[in-house]
Amino acid sequence: MGAFLVRRLSINVLVFFLITIAIFALVHKTPGDPIAMQIPADQLNSGSAEFIAQKRAELGLDGSLVTQYWHWLTNALHGDLGYSLLNGRPVTEVLGERVGPTVELMGVGLLVSLLIAFPLGILAARRRNSWLDYGATVVSLGSVSVPVFFVALIVIYVFTLKFQWFPSSGISDPTNPSLLNTLHHLVLPALILGFGNSGPFMRYVRSSMITELGADYVRTANAKGAPPRRVVLRHAFRNSLIPVLTVIASNLPQLLAGAVVIEQVFAWPGMGQLAVSSVNQHDYSVIVGFALLIAILVLLSNLLADVLYTVVDPRVRLR
Amino acid sequence: MTVTAVRTPAGAALRRFRKHPAAVVSVVFIALVVLAAIFARLLSGHDPNAIDLLNARSGPSGGHLLGTDSTGRDVLSRLLFAGRISLGVGIASAAIAVVLGTILGSIAGLLGGWVDGLVMRLADVFMSFPSLVVIVVVAGILGPSVLTMVIAIGLFQWPVCGRIVRGVTLSLREQEFVLASRATGAGPLWLMRKHIIPAALPPVSVVATLAVAQAIALEATLSFLGLGVQPPAASWGNMLTDAQSLTVIRSEPWLWLSPGIAVALTVLAVNFIGDGLRDAVDPRSSS
Repeated sequence: MGAFLVRRLSINVLVFFLITIAIFALVHKTPGDPIAMQIPADQLNSGSAEFIAQKRAELGLDGSLVTQYWHWLTNALHGDLGYSLLNGRPVTEVLGERVGPTVELMGVGLLVSLLIAFPLGILAARRRNSWLDYGATVVSLGSVSVPVFFVALIVIYVFTLKFQWFPSSGISDPTNPSLLNTLHHLVLPALILGFGNSGPFMRYVRSSMITELGADYVRTANAKGAPPRRVVLRHAFRNSLIPVLTVIASNLPQLLAGAVVIEQVFAWPGMGQLAVSSVNQHDYSVIVGFALLIAILVLLSNLLADVLYTVVDPRVRLR
Repeated sequence: MTVTAVRTPAGAALRRFRKHPAAVVSVVFIALVVLAAIFARLLSGHDPNAIDLLNARSGPSGGHLLGTDSTGRDVLSRLLFAGRISLGVGIASAAIAVVLGTILGSIAGLLGGWVDGLVMRLADVFMSFPSLVVIVVVAGILGPSVLTMVIAIGLFQWPVCGRIVRGVTLSLREQEFVLASRATGAGPLWLMRKHIIPAALPPVSVVATLAVAQAIALEATLSFLGLGVQPPAASWGNMLTDAQSLTVIRSEPWLWLSPGIAVALTVLAVNFIGDGLRDAVDPRSSS
């Protein structure tokens, strides 16, 4: 197990460096002087020519591309991602305050998608080729096919505008930021995100359950007279979780992609909304910070999938 | 060879495909969508880019069957012309993914060893990144363009196809007829053309279809966010960009309902076709 994880970890570190090179190459393509991204705007505007020249030297901007890359990377790894071109605030700070809302949305969204996927997937596996199985397939195909932003528009039309049950903008009322109010704001975005991601999960739960239900130990359990409910939930379901857990971890980046779109529609103050608005306002330093953060998150969720894979399955651990 | 097979593999596959009602309906539907996009000019009756401020934001009527948008452009005409771009982006990105996947997959399978390992790790990396987020970043820095979008979608979809082609290649590599072919001097290109591609075609056709569906949905999402197809060109996604305000959602539903339904039904239909194809080419998967 150790060797497997060490190998995966070193691959991920290598990939991370390749990605930083790609991001740096993109940064190099941005219009404008790179120094504008690395010192606050007020210093840039008021600073004397000597000051700017000194900063330029400090930041390695006089050197070759390799020197520039190295300075940029070491600064970034120390948490210095430069300054927003828009308001001069440190990018780390701008991004940092957006992480919480996104994690909240993704966490509840993930929960919703599992609450849809597990019952439907298990039922579909138990009653294969029944109308329920067929219906579950259609639901999962629908959740994959209908773009999440269109679902969001329909839901807003029905539940915000017609019935006025749920708000569709922001994380809470500025005048009344209570927990209940926040939850009220969370309902629609989380439900839509959860529904959009339930399709692939459901398919995995179903196929994994079908495999387990066909296994010898299930036949044995049935033969010795264990109640069917118990056989399904205690015996088969627990084993079917092994591949499903890995799939959930490696699907986290997809969940993030869904959150990007939903945050935009629901004016949810998370990373996705920040990214899209930074793109529209050409705030390159924030875009770059966002890209680095995403790269780290994706690689971490890969690693999590690898760890889960070895931890939950003793067969892998002992190999 | 004069043996007339009563059940050719293709015939059997077609028979199985026809047993899939949703897939058959979807084929008809997609055929209609493609025809409507091709004959957009004949069907529309309006110039999709003609601005008519006096009739802006008007609801469906005899003159404008699906109403007009914020600058008075005919929604139906834009919908038809948008179909060209949306289908085009979908097919072009899937084509890039299939070509890349076939080349890299067969190289990995034929050469094996460290090349195989490298290609497969590369596939893992591309698979693990959400293409939407990557394209948001790339479009943010390089500026949105249809070409960038098509290349980026294709680049992030090749691993699915690559893995399948690699699997087919590995299983073919040790077979006698392939060994015979190599012994008589066949090079890798010959092996690809004569043995690998024909054998990989059925499973690849399934993933290619699913890739088209995914690409259409992705294009719509990106264009909705303003990072894909840029106005005045119409795409199903950017026709919905206006619907980011509550007033538009409330009072002008014709603006966002029709393009939204067009994307949803098209993607759903293509996915159904892919599902039907999967059952048709691999009978085991449906059982």
